[in-house]
Amino acid sequence: MDRAKLDLVRGTLDVLILKALVWGPLHGYAITGFIRAESDEALLVEEGTLYPALWRLESKKLVEAEWGLSENNRKAKFYRLTPAGRRHLQRETATWEAYAAAVAKVLGATQPSPRRKPA
Amino acid sequence: MSSAPRRPRAVRRLFGPDHAADVRDELEFHLAAKVDDLVARGWTPDEARREAERQLGDRRSLQRIGEHIGGTMNRRQRLGDYWRECLQDLHFAGRAFARERGFALVAVLVLALAIGANVATFSVINTLILRPLPFPDAGQLAWIAPPPSGCGLSCATYSSDAYEEFRDQSRVYQGVTGYFAFSGPDNVRLDRGGDMVPATGLDVISNFFEVLGVTPAMGRAFTADDARTGARPVALLSHAYWVRQFAADRSIVGTDVMLNGHPTTVIGVLPASFDFGSVFLPGARVDLFTPLDLDAARDWGNIVTLVGRLRPGATLDQARDDASRIAPNLYFNVKYPQTRGQYRNGLVPVPLETHVSGEWHRPLVVLWSAVGLILLIACVNLSNLLLVRGAARSKEVAMRQALGATRARLVRQALTESLALSLTGAAFGLAAAFGLVRWLAHHGDLDLPLLNGVTIDTAAVLWTVLVAMVAAALFGLVPALKMTGDNVQEALKDSGPAAGRGQRHERLRLGLVIAEIALASVLLVGAGLLLRSFINVLDVNLGFTPEQAATMAVDYDDAAPSAEAGARKRVAAFERILDRVDAIPGIDSAGITDYLPFGANRSWGTLVPKGKVYRPGEVSPPLVYVVTPGFFRATGIGLKGRDFTWDDRFGGQPVIVINASAARFYWPDENAVGKFLSNGRADLQVIGVADDVREERVEDGSGWQVYYPATQESPSGARLVIRSRLPVDTLGSTVLHALRELNPTQPAVALTPLHTLVSHAVSPRRFFMILVAAMAGLGLFLAALGIHGVISYSVARQSRDIGVRMALGASVGRVRRDVLMATLRVTLWGIGVGIVVSLVVARLIASLLFDTSPWDVTTYIAMAAIFLAVALVSGYLPARKASRVDPMIALRSN
Repeated sequence: MDRAKLDLVRGTLDVLILKALVWGPLHGYAITGFIRAESDEALLVEEGTLYPALWRLESKKLVEAEWGLSENNRKAKFYRLTPAGRRHLQRETATWEAYAAAVAKVLGATQPSPRRKPA
Repeated sequence: MSSAPRRPRAVRRLFGPDHAADVRDELEFHLAAKVDDLVARGWTPDEARREAERQLGDRRSLQRIGEHIGGTMNRRQRLGDYWRECLQDLHFAGRAFARERGFALVAVLVLALAIGANVATFSVINTLILRPLPFPDAGQLAWIAPPPSGCGLSCATYSSDAYEEFRDQSRVYQGVTGYFAFSGPDNVRLDRGGDMVPATGLDVISNFFEVLGVTPAMGRAFTADDARTGARPVALLSHAYWVRQFAADRSIVGTDVMLNGHPTTVIGVLPASFDFGSVFLPGARVDLFTPLDLDAARDWGNIVTLVGRLRPGATLDQARDDASRIAPNLYFNVKYPQTRGQYRNGLVPVPLETHVSGEWHRPLVVLWSAVGLILLIACVNLSNLLLVRGAARSKEVAMRQALGATRARLVRQALTESLALSLTGAAFGLAAAFGLVRWLAHHGDLDLPLLNGVTIDTAAVLWTVLVAMVAAALFGLVPALKMTGDNVQEALKDSGPAAGRGQRHERLRLGLVIAEIALASVLLVGAGLLLRSFINVLDVNLGFTPEQAATMAVDYDDAAPSAEAGARKRVAAFERILDRVDAIPGIDSAGITDYLPFGANRSWGTLVPKGKVYRPGEVSPPLVYVVTPGFFRATGIGLKGRDFTWDDRFGGQPVIVINASAARFYWPDENAVGKFLSNGRADLQVIGVADDVREERVEDGSGWQVYYPATQESPSGARLVIRSRLPVDTLGSTVLHALRELNPTQPAVALTPLHTLVSHAVSPRRFFMILVAAMAGLGLFLAALGIHGVISYSVARQSRDIGVRMALGASVGRVRRDVLMATLRVTLWGIGVGIVVSLVVARLIASLLFDTSPWDVTTYIAMAAIFLAVALVSGYLPARKASRVDPMIALRSN
């Protein structure tokens, strides 16, 4: 993968992580599971990218972390959306949807009529 | 998930700082969770573990990234917390001060005064001592003069020949220059379309500005050609004069103006940054500069001062060696071979800076110490106020401590409050200092160098901040520690001030007040000694009587082909002027002289009685005055023998009057009147002996003085001196009117009381005395405040005891007496300590005193008396309050 693609993935990853936390605190492993399951196994998030992304979100105060106990009674770090994180997610979601709609519209275009050629 | 705790901050406090462990634990959990999943899907635990680690990838670099991000986050967090807490503290302080407005007001006022005084003093010291002189590479500039002696400036000058030979023979200078040392104020007449305006001009050697490194703001500097005899007259204007007289008209450069009746070309205007007076002649202003014609001045004697600019790398030691090598070869006048060697040991280069401001080092350091003491007193005072406040707030503090605030946190909160107070005070102090410094810079007649350059600059502002912070630490730390160090339980008990703690507090507070009184005593003693010196200086017998005498510069014309014709013309003019002025009703006597005391002066070489031989250096050249008949009476100089008369004609027997010191030296046991002195060319008959007149400084004794009659010698300028009981304001216009009738070119100069010469000469002493006295007054006020505070507080604390005593029959007088005795005890302790410290410290200002011992008993007694009186007044108010305690109320409360 080249750099530009990586950046795109990382930016997208942030939104996906935030989305994963909308319904309540999750630990890192649960976040990977959520993304994998919700994308029907299409998106596999590597640990080497997930955790740095999580920590960065934490340092930007979009999420905050708490230590708690997992389902198996293990000590785990839970992440939770902050109000700022929730706002960020809403903004990014809107942007993403507009982007996706625009791309879809272009890709679904039929042959343009001659009059609409640029002058 | 519901098990996730809801106290993020507390949890973060517990685990937060260890980021390495956090990251490790998190990744470990991830692996474990994944292994669980894989095992559930049928993997063997070992394979599952390996697969999980493979998926995780490079664990070590992940660990590093996590630690890095965590560290950054933590630092940001801590900083954020710190500022939030600071803001919280400030907010809290603001609320507290709003509640205790009286306290805050007093504290800020005290600090503003103390810090303002410190900043203003710093600005003056910065300009006079710390900052270099306002010339490029000022460190290279040297003032070349003989070692200090009694005759001041006139002995610090050199003849044209000596200057030229020194310039040519010295090897360490890039350039040597000088200026004519003996011009007085208003010595030039500027003709503005028939309107005669007086101005102050100064002759400088043509390379003067080049050597100093001053480039004209407009036009050009002098060249050697400008100074040649017969060259077209040219002048350079000072910036201030150009603005004042010529309305900053740029077109003036290159045009001619009429100076003393000669068309003179204005060749340039000097930069605003160059103020000759502030550097070389404090308190004087110079309006315009003209090139000095060294050839014409060759026979005038010692007339120029020397200033040199050392070559880069040349040291002052080299310059001294160089000067002592050249000095024995110098001629006073090359025409007279016997004048070779007159300047032996007479040329010593010192840094120009030392010459300009060296003598102010000590007074300024004393002043600095005084303001430092004031700051200390203010801090002690505030410490005390804060202790009282702390006692009142002890419950609140104990409550916060009980709720988990650490001592460090509480101390920080207290110090933030102190700093807030201090910085607010500093802001007001800075504003006050700004006003004071502006006033000083424009207070032109003060005899202090470089004052016009005093400003509040960046350094002064930084100094303010530093002083404010040091002050905050000084006055805030002890109360803060004291307040938070108390036993929590004891303070929380609802039983009023706990006895033991109260006493400990009280002892500390008493100690602080005693320190305050001691410091203020030292200041008071210092101010007293300076005041006594000042009174002694004013009491000095000056040798003349400045009261009821006034002076004015007079214009006259004695240009003539021969000296004799000139003398005739001059005498006729002077006689007419004096006749006319004498006839003005109310004028008792009038005379003319060329130089007045405490101004410029000059000497013409040595005089010796005929036939007597002295060792070299034994006879010093007297200061020379050329005067008319009536001068002695008008100036009030006592005279034995006779005054000059108009009959002491040019060409007749040359006559002189010498002063008592000279007469005593030449003829110790005989009457000098009638004897003869020789100047090498003629024998001069002494017709009178005049009182010694203080010449350079009021404080110093007189050197030798000689008076020549204006009928026989040519004066360099003329100053009319009149004696009259009429006020100067009304007399001035009458005299000027009379002079103008005789001579239409007489400029409109003011008649100034002779006394201004004296007050100018003593102005620095008065200045310092007033400043130190102001400091002492402030110190006294602060100490009184401190006494009042500590006594009031102890009365308030003991009101129950007092109530009990009064209920048991103690009289009002008895209660009052006890309170006053307590006040007196504290004060006496303070004064005692203060006297001991003063006895040691006073020696340091001994050199600033005049006719006053540093251990002057009167001063010390007066100080003690003043302090006791002030203490009694400040103790009386609490005493009265104590005696009005109602036993019933006092007993019921609490």
